[in-house]
Amino acid sequence: MTENFHEIKPEQVEALLNKEVDVQAHQVAIDVDRLNLFYGSKQALHDISFQIPEKKVTAFIGPSGCGKSTLLRCMNRMNDLVDGVRIEGEIRIHGQNIYDSGIDVTALRRRVGMVFQKPNPFPKSIYENVAYGLRLQGINKRRTLDDIVEWALKGAALWDEVKDRLHDSALGLSGGQQQRLVIARAIAVQPEVLLLDEPASALDPISTLKIEELIHELKDDYTIVIVTHNMQQAARVSDYTAFLYMGNLVEYGPTNQIFTNPGKKKTEDYITGRYG
Amino acid sequence: MRSEGRQQKGDVWVWLNAAGVTLSLLMVVGLVAHIAWKGLVHFWPQPIEHLVVRNQTGAKHLLGELADKQERHDAQGAVVEGEFQRLYKIGNRRMNGQDFVWVNERDIQSTEYPDGATVLERLEWGNAYGFLEGVEENGKPVLSREAPDFLERLQERHNKARALFASIHEIEKNDIGSINYSMEQLRLEKRRLELDGELTREAEEDLKARQEALQQAFAKLQERLKALRQQASRDTLVLRLVDGSISKFPLYHVVRYYQPNGMGSWQKLGVFLDRIWEFLSAEPREANTEGGVFPAIFGTVLMVLLMSVMVTPFGVIAAVYLREYATQGWLTRTVRIAVNNLAGVPSIVYGVFGLGFFVYFLGGNIDALFFPEAKPAPVFGTPGLLWASLTLALLTLPVVIVSTEEGLTRVPKAVREGSLALGATKAETLWKTVLPMASPSIMTGLILAIARAAGEVAPLMLVGVVKLAPSLPLDGNPPFLHLDRQFMHLGFHIYDVGFQSPNVEAARPLVYATSLLLVMVIVLLNLLAIRIRNRLRERYKALEH
Repeated sequence: MTENFHEIKPEQVEALLNKEVDVQAHQVAIDVDRLNLFYGSKQALHDISFQIPEKKVTAFIGPSGCGKSTLLRCMNRMNDLVDGVRIEGEIRIHGQNIYDSGIDVTALRRRVGMVFQKPNPFPKSIYENVAYGLRLQGINKRRTLDDIVEWALKGAALWDEVKDRLHDSALGLSGGQQQRLVIARAIAVQPEVLLLDEPASALDPISTLKIEELIHELKDDYTIVIVTHNMQQAARVSDYTAFLYMGNLVEYGPTNQIFTNPGKKKTEDYITGRYG
Repeated sequence: MRSEGRQQKGDVWVWLNAAGVTLSLLMVVGLVAHIAWKGLVHFWPQPIEHLVVRNQTGAKHLLGELADKQERHDAQGAVVEGEFQRLYKIGNRRMNGQDFVWVNERDIQSTEYPDGATVLERLEWGNAYGFLEGVEENGKPVLSREAPDFLERLQERHNKARALFASIHEIEKNDIGSINYSMEQLRLEKRRLELDGELTREAEEDLKARQEALQQAFAKLQERLKALRQQASRDTLVLRLVDGSISKFPLYHVVRYYQPNGMGSWQKLGVFLDRIWEFLSAEPREANTEGGVFPAIFGTVLMVLLMSVMVTPFGVIAAVYLREYATQGWLTRTVRIAVNNLAGVPSIVYGVFGLGFFVYFLGGNIDALFFPEAKPAPVFGTPGLLWASLTLALLTLPVVIVSTEEGLTRVPKAVREGSLALGATKAETLWKTVLPMASPSIMTGLILAIARAAGEVAPLMLVGVVKLAPSLPLDGNPPFLHLDRQFMHLGFHIYDVGFQSPNVEAARPLVYATSLLLVMVIVLLNLLAIRIRNRLRERYKALEH
């Protein structure tokens, strides 16, 4: 366990004492309300309800196949692309139900950025990768693009490493750099929420550390939801943790509480490594 | 022990495979080498033999190149053991009626290689063989072979005559050609106005004035041509034939002359390269049996390029729809099977379809709608470049669809999701990311398409290829690219020269040379496409982790 873990914040002390989840202390960014998801006839998510606070890091943990990635992908409607998916319930982002029929999915995805497990830069230059989302919005002015690209790359702590080769192919970067580039690409369009789907699982330890530091810095400006397999990572980077098991939300609360004093036996078993 | 036995068993297969590969390679190399040898040897200056041949009346003198040698057949057609007959190219078709003659070896009394024996390639009547005597200017001898600098001066005169001829040809082809074209356009314009009922007095006057201007220009050109022709035919070459008779013809008729018996290897190489260059760059003469094949090269390449331009968008759009938009089910499966089967349809069937649908139906309707003034002459309602390219595009469409689909499936899902997650629509993702990444596969499809289309002849005979096209489909007259024109094609040229030629013996080497050229054109087009593909591959290297 790292130092971060023992650093209990004042507002969490009370929560710890009450053993109650009190996200109401902060603004609610994402409100998941009785969410059910079916792949064909198979139900993958069961009646999930919880609230994700604004400008905090919320981690989803759980064994493989528990539905944590599926839940994450509900939040920018990436599951729409899968054939045979049916979703019930609501997810409200800043009060607006994203499963409303009138919602513009591309606009939603601009508000809710996503970073995937494997770095997936486009086979274009570093510059064009970051500018991709902006160009989609019709921003083509060189000066504006230059500024935003620089800002986004600085925000993703990549600027110093690539500023001299912005127009080289992004595929020449290392895995860790590529992942930070993808984060830069995501924040370039200034989303409200960042979804990170196991962003460090394909990276070496040093790159992982850099990504974690970056998450720490980004939470000042963005609501971050991260799926991770690595419990130390969840403990290190997140403020809140949700434990999912077999498509059910077993427990949700401040990270310290989940890791030091879990309320459910299942959570404890998982955290102490009895299964998973 | 067991593993050893296994290894030995495997060895047999390895050897079999190796043998198969070797055999295939040998066949390919052998094919190309045979074609190349037979084709290229034609351009190398052969020695000229002076033969004295015994016949009923005594002895006959012959002068010519050895072309072939085989065992002699008697009257019943049986091979006579140990006796050979030789085929000589003796030229002088105007006198002899034929270029070639068979000679029995045992009748040959003597053979020599006289230094002064000259080959003259002519504009008409094929080669002439003989000894240079001199030059006459307007009927008066001005240069005799006794002159010390005879060959230099002859060369000078010949160059001058050829330059004059070149300018005559230039005027006939380009200037008069474009005047004729404009005249025809005027006629059509008049007819169009007539049909529309807009042929007013002023318009008529205007047309008349333009026509007169053209006619004046034409008359001027005629005048100039006449003068040039007179100048060109001033010099006459006097040639002594092997039987002692004298033959005279205008010096400008001689395309090239050389005396191979006295030439060193370097000089021969010069003639060799010169003749190859003529083959590549000149127009055909004498019913395609002499001269070059430039219009055929041009037609082949242009047709293939047009075909590529047409087939790529069609194929890509079809593949994108099949793979990205259509719901995968029995219908798409059926369509896919149908597309694959289309690739196996014999090409002549495409030719028939092209003729019926493109030429008669589409072309006929286009003519009726847009070119009523040209009636009864068809514009697009006749075989032409556009329809040939379209037919071949249709023929190669399956290849492009299949390989584009493969390319689309190979684009990683992660990249598509990355684009969608940034707020791109499906179409934007396709256009900005997926298609560029699939472009190497699209190029692969195009390479296969080119390989198939460039060698295709059968359908082209129905939809646009001709034996001899009067003008190239690309020229200086607007709209510059004439899609309605018929064109020449290397593949058809081979067929025509080899099997439809009045002078089969003379044309045979050209069949080989043209085949070699066709193979090389296809290889070149393919190399170009492969180069482009490798570039794209480098740029869009898939994300392999």
